[in-house]
Amino acid sequence: MTIARVQWPEQIAAGDVVKVRLLIQHPMDTGYLQDLTGKLVPRNVIRQLTCTLGGQEVLRVQPSSGIAANPFFEFHLRAIQTAEFRAEWTDDLGVQGVLTQTMTVA
Amino acid sequence: MSGQGQNRRQGLISLLLMGLPWCLRPAQAQQMNSGRLLSFDAMVQPWVKGARLRAQDVTLNAPILAENGSLVPVQVLVNSPMTVQDHVTHVHLLSQRNPVTQMAVFELGPWNGRADISTRVRLAGTQEVVALARLSNGEFRYARMEIIVTESACVDAS
Repeated sequence: MTIARVQWPEQIAAGDVVKVRLLIQHPMDTGYLQDLTGKLVPRNVIRQLTCTLGGQEVLRVQPSSGIAANPFFEFHLRAIQTAEFRAEWTDDLGVQGVLTQTMTVA
Repeated sequence: MSGQGQNRRQGLISLLLMGLPWCLRPAQAQQMNSGRLLSFDAMVQPWVKGARLRAQDVTLNAPILAENGSLVPVQVLVNSPMTVQDHVTHVHLLSQRNPVTQMAVFELGPWNGRADISTRVRLAGTQEVVALARLSNGEFRYARMEIIVTESACVDAS
């Protein structure tokens, strides 16, 4: 089960450029490290992360093993009206995660 | 006369042998750091493909000295109006030494308002990191920075 969290300013006016901080709980195993018994941990990283705001795609990230565990992404987007923010991601094991949160614009 | 030549030859050979360990050592050190150091062109050209490339408009913020290579905060800021006509479409984060050169690629657009992204990357040893931004007119902008890593992300076998 993956857990994620997204954060933006409490008060947003229409037309503002908002800083969005997204944190996803994920091991991001590189495939180069061993576990305690000496076996290689197979690669399991988030392949694709898509963020939409009110159905409009606002960010797409293709991470690799070069992104640290529990990936953190900070980006900006222009808020026009109250809309639903949705982040979706898929990892190497095919596990999909979804996070939805309503962005309220005053 | 021949005896003197022999001496000189032996002296030269011993001098060469003395230098040998110093020549071999850097190669070994590189292997420890999980591989090769790519040249700037080898890092960038797979994406640029000969398009116009300039070292301007991009700011790369990262620590000069990162104690832990497993978690290095990186910020990329591209100076762009982010309008429909003129915006940043992609931001690539490239690593010189990691087994996977492209650490991440971000797809942006005019709806972002600002081309300003941050993330946390893994670095396999001291190396140069390049932030490569593709503009909507097909040109590329970049910034490069040397980051010293005291503890590599890849050799840790925990």
